Amino acid sequence: MSKSERHPVHQTYLRDRVMPHARPLSPHLGIYEWRITMVLSILHRVTGAFLCLGALLVTWGLIALASGEAEWNAFAGFCASGIGIALLICWTFSLMLHLCNGIRHLFWDAGAGFAKSQYFTSAWVVVIVSIAFTVVVWLWVMLAGGVP
Amino acid sequence: MSAAPNGAGPHDMRTPLARVRALGSAKSGASGWWIERLSGAALIPLSLWFVWLVLRLPHLDFAAAHVLVGNVINAGLLILFTAISFWHGALGLQVVIEDYVHTRWIELTLLIAVKFLAVLGAVACALAVLRIWLGTY
Repeated sequence: MSKSERHPVHQTYLRDRVMPHARPLSPHLGIYEWRITMVLSILHRVTGAFLCLGALLVTWGLIALASGEAEWNAFAGFCASGIGIALLICWTFSLMLHLCNGIRHLFWDAGAGFAKSQYFTSAWVVVIVSIAFTVVVWLWVMLAGGVP
Repeated sequence: MSAAPNGAGPHDMRTPLARVRALGSAKSGASGWWIERLSGAALIPLSLWFVWLVLRLPHLDFAAAHVLVGNVINAGLLILFTAISFWHGALGLQVVIEDYVHTRWIELTLLIAVKFLAVLGAVACALAVLRIWLGTY
């Protein structure tokens, strides 16, 4: 049985068993079939929160650079470590995804791009551009001789 | 801004028609909505520029980084980039906290902590950049 077929039963179960005295709720994530648009909606928040952590890394870097060579080398050592590079790749992708999807949101705020074909196409453009941007940035780093 | 109806203050960027129809938040939410969009728009060129700046430091060399951040244009753009990033990030985290944290005192504590940390981060970045630019490390 697909999730969409289970949908009304699931709602009844929620209403009668889980929260019998609660007011009606909109159905939650578990009963929807996955679509690229909802994945991007979720990823927009996830990458946004993750980029806030990235802002702390930038802060660390700037403070280290202002403090002296020993402090900077500790920061550079973290960036060049395995976990550091993994995080930096995730931050590159997150930045571009949040940026592209943010442009998509700005178009929506202006009232444009709401046709079904448009928001599915724009979603895939966001995904492809973000992946391509991440690959290009890290190819550049590798061709320039790596992080440290 | 004394008892402005419908959140209309000096920074309200809604159109007069929207205001007179009482569209938008009953409090000052419309202004937060606008600042989130405007800071986001400003961050499009700034963050692309930031990636380009970092890409010129593939070896993370201390002296080269100092020269790069010591450039007055780079220093100015870095202060703008970090300050607007913290502002935008704080507004975004605020929405996430309001949506998912349902215990009022935890929600309030997190909201205040995010605001404090954002200001602290922005000030720390600005001071660090200024210190590098002035060459007083």
